Amino acid sequence: MHSSLWLTVLVWLPLLGAAAALLARRRPGAPYAVAVATASVELALSLVVAVLYNDHLAGAHTFDFVGRWVLAAPFGLAYDVGIDGISLLLVVLTALVVLLALLGARERRSEAAFVGWLLMLTTFTMGSFVARDLLEFFIFFELTLVPSYFLVAHWGGAQRSRAALKFFVYTFAGSAFLFTGLLYLGFLHQHQAGGSLTFADAALASTSMSHATAVWLFVAFAIAFGVKSPIWPLHTWSPLAYAEAPTAGSMELSALLAKLGSYGLLRFAVGLLPLALTTVRPYMLTLAVIGIIYGSALAASTPDLKRLVAYSSLAQMGFVTLGIMTGSTIATTGAVLLMFNHGVITAGLFLLIGYIERRRGTATIADLRGMQGPAPVLAGLFTVVMLASIGLPGLSGFISEFLVLVGAFATHAWWAVVATIGVVLAAVYLLWAYQRVFHGQARDVDQIPDVTHRERWVIAPIVAIVVVLGVFPKPVLDRVTPTAHQFVESVTPAGVNK
Amino acid sequence: MAHVSTLILLLPLAGFLVILLFGRGLSERAIGSIGTGAVGLSFVFSVVTYLDLLSRNAREVTVTMFTWFDVGGLHVSAALLVDPLSVTMALFVTGISALIHLYSIGYMHGDRDFRKFFVYLNLFVFSMLTLVLANNLALTFVGWEGVGVCSYWLVAYYYDRDSAATAGKKAFVYNRIGDVGLLVAMFLLFSRLHTLSYLTIFNRAGTLTSVAATVVVLSLLLGATGKSAQIPLFNWLPDAMEGPTPVSALIHAATMVTAGVYLLARMAPVLALSTSGRATVAVIGGVTAFVAATIATSQRDIKKVLAFSTVSQIGYMILAVGAGAYSAAIFLMIAHAFFKALLFLGSGSVIHALDGEQDMRKMGGLARFLPLTFPTFLIAWLAISGIPPFAGFWAKGDVLTNAYAYSKPLWILGVLTAILTAYYMSRLFVLTFRGTERFREVTHGHDPHESPWVMTVPLVILAVLTTLGGVIDLPWIHHNSLAGFLDPTFGYLPLTAHASTGAQVGLAVVDVVAALLGLAAAFSIWRNRVSSPTYERSFLERVWRWDDAYDATIGRPLTRAAQIGDTVIEPRIIDGAVGAVAGGVRRSAEGLRKAQSGFARHYALAMVLGVSVVVVYLVARVG
Repeated sequence: MHSSLWLTVLVWLPLLGAAAALLARRRPGAPYAVAVATASVELALSLVVAVLYNDHLAGAHTFDFVGRWVLAAPFGLAYDVGIDGISLLLVVLTALVVLLALLGARERRSEAAFVGWLLMLTTFTMGSFVARDLLEFFIFFELTLVPSYFLVAHWGGAQRSRAALKFFVYTFAGSAFLFTGLLYLGFLHQHQAGGSLTFADAALASTSMSHATAVWLFVAFAIAFGVKSPIWPLHTWSPLAYAEAPTAGSMELSALLAKLGSYGLLRFAVGLLPLALTTVRPYMLTLAVIGIIYGSALAASTPDLKRLVAYSSLAQMGFVTLGIMTGSTIATTGAVLLMFNHGVITAGLFLLIGYIERRRGTATIADLRGMQGPAPVLAGLFTVVMLASIGLPGLSGFISEFLVLVGAFATHAWWAVVATIGVVLAAVYLLWAYQRVFHGQARDVDQIPDVTHRERWVIAPIVAIVVVLGVFPKPVLDRVTPTAHQFVESVTPAGVNK
Repeated sequence: MAHVSTLILLLPLAGFLVILLFGRGLSERAIGSIGTGAVGLSFVFSVVTYLDLLSRNAREVTVTMFTWFDVGGLHVSAALLVDPLSVTMALFVTGISALIHLYSIGYMHGDRDFRKFFVYLNLFVFSMLTLVLANNLALTFVGWEGVGVCSYWLVAYYYDRDSAATAGKKAFVYNRIGDVGLLVAMFLLFSRLHTLSYLTIFNRAGTLTSVAATVVVLSLLLGATGKSAQIPLFNWLPDAMEGPTPVSALIHAATMVTAGVYLLARMAPVLALSTSGRATVAVIGGVTAFVAATIATSQRDIKKVLAFSTVSQIGYMILAVGAGAYSAAIFLMIAHAFFKALLFLGSGSVIHALDGEQDMRKMGGLARFLPLTFPTFLIAWLAISGIPPFAGFWAKGDVLTNAYAYSKPLWILGVLTAILTAYYMSRLFVLTFRGTERFREVTHGHDPHESPWVMTVPLVILAVLTTLGGVIDLPWIHHNSLAGFLDPTFGYLPLTAHASTGAQVGLAVVDVVAALLGLAAAFSIWRNRVSSPTYERSFLERVWRWDDAYDATIGRPLTRAAQIGDTVIEPRIIDGAVGAVAGGVRRSAEGLRKAQSGFARHYALAMVLGVSVVVVYLVARVG
């Protein structure tokens, strides 16, 4: 057991950094330097936490770094943190993506407000992932909306206000269901257990309820998390928001905020309402599979690279949902790993699309052509990240997708088979896009310089992770699997074959 | 165990990494030497591994390197299975690869991406060896997809040519369709047998129901049709000829495209459980062999003829697998690797001599200008046509004898294919090397020149192998033959072992007569012709309109559906229905855009009020 102080620093350090960046706004370059320094320390800390979690491995199915303080008893408000194998990866992902987002978006994005919002978003995201209390999670979860709204609305593309508004409305409407649901659950628990109101996960999990109640609560939760994740058909805000957001914003939205949705679905919808699973499972699996096929089909016909990644994310998150809802150890482990891998890969894709935009001023596929000749290194980097997204074995995307499908097939063969078709479609839309962007002959070759040294170093960690986790994922899986196994045990009624 | 077999695998990987990371400043000679040397050494270690295996009693050695992943009972190691089948594959893969690497030094000389070519080529060899040496299906899949992506890169090697870029993509996508089959086979095997490693699968295969076994076999067959270019997924291979010729020889003739045959042979114990599955395999193979041979008769591009010929020959191999004659399939695979690599490299030499010309109508009379290419090509032509004593005769004979024992209709189809094979190859031979000289326009009047030694040495070595290769499995020798060596892997001797000598001789006579028929027909028709609408049917030239049919029935409808999704379903239906709440808001938002913060405040207030009502209701109800 380690001190919860580690997590507290992880959560609040970026907020301090944001404040420092705002204070230093008069000096040119200072806010950016402060932000990069903060994000670097944050990443280092998250890695230390990941390493320290190591000697917790014997008990890796439980939480580490635990601490709980009740802040306002009458409202059931508490600050309760801890991490297990499910949240560990997402904590590291949060720190990694924010640093890369900062580094990848230097020009004209270095204003104090921009880096301030970005760091603030980190605090809220981090808080969501380490929260062990539903209300606390909800507060962090909701607060992420504020910085991400401003990141899109102020620094986005031509349609930024519409995109930000749509994103805001969708997410906020979804949250209403979650809020209602969590209040109901909290009061129900208080009614049963007596004492003061509490939203601690462990306590809520013991609430007994009728099957119908569980289903209704599950639906409420699933709507909120389904918007964020996104799950088909609640995804329509995402192509617009991803396309209009600045590179750093797209990275945050797709790589991190989407994970809040799937994480919430796993931890709270499935974790707290296992009673509902027998009823909702076929529906959720069907939505996941529809998302895979539908997202892939639209990714193939969309004219814009960023929208393409948005639709591809819909498909990828469909695999995550498939794994979560299958609910076996293999599938759940795969889903958790896929959340991380998708985060890294999507961050990489958006970063590289940012590089392309920087050179050509557009992400419209039809206006890009023949970039491989003048920019072979950029083409090579894009290829590696793209192949990871396609799920090429040997790169990171494969193992997570494979685990999800193997797990899903054992109990829900037909869903898994249809989802496997998504594997073909991923190759279709990505290779086709690659061909139109990089192959052929460029019209204005002199306008396409290859990647700079700096750009190369920013993308390097992503390429390294993609390769290393593809070849040797064992250290990561050793941390995730026991938790996933324990989690699956806890939500599976006795006597049911897993 | 630190086994030599790991070195077979690691050397091409090392070559790939060295050329990728440090090759930028190196000369062509250095890059070519590293790439070829790595693969050559890999061949040496394959030989060492082979000798080592011969000296052991156990014919199956598992070499575990590390655990790849181990989740909830799904344990997958990066481990090698060294057994007669995998060693045979490793020997011929590394041997042929080394020769083609050497050839490429000459063929790719002066190319702008010389380094990248060898990077891809070494990675390909590593992937191919992973495929054949893996001890479990998941690791085989790594190699399986790895060779697919290398093939994609190498087909699209001249990426600024749109046709090459499209062909590369097509190759990968068709392969991926097949991969769904391999994935499903893995899912099913794991869900029933709880393992993916070959030896354990074979041990437990008896517990599979016959339905499950059939589904597994058909799924594997789907995978094989993608990778090995069989009906219905064969039509990517001719397009793949857009790649440089050494690539066509190595990947799209000798090695990668035979991976499907290897996979099915490897899974022989599972195939044995499904008679109907095997019958499907045999029919697919026989029909593909025939269809592709008809198409090859009407192609004008020298490489396209060879490409369809490859499809057809692999059809024979698949037919043999379906008939249960696994060692015959492997025998033909090896013999085919020799003579087809030789044919491709020879045609590369021709193309090289004619400054890139591939149309046979602009060739002719090249025999006297290419003193080494001509005789080696001649040997390969006789071998593929099935003339004794060349390797092709023995290998094809082995397949057809087994087909005869398995099913008479498939045997007849096989013999017809043999006639066509001799015919289209002779047509190619006559149009290229004999007749009038039609190339002067292409070469601007110059005489074509023979290729440098790095290109001709591989030709000579392959010609020797093509001539003598048959000795590895002569029908009257049962010990110290390929079939005998492979016997422990496949478990039982093929059907020919039971055929009488008289029947075998009779069938061999039929084969020779078929070959001579094809030869005679081709010479009488093409001796004085360059093109002929009668003998080059446009239906055949257009590949039985296979691509058009796919485009009309699958490609275009799907594209249209996706477009409808993008323009109608997404913005109108989903956004309309799901956004019923947001829809009203969005309309008002048009007016409210100037006062966004005001809007947000209103919305938040409405939210809080709404939630409060719900909360009050709930509290009242619960309390």
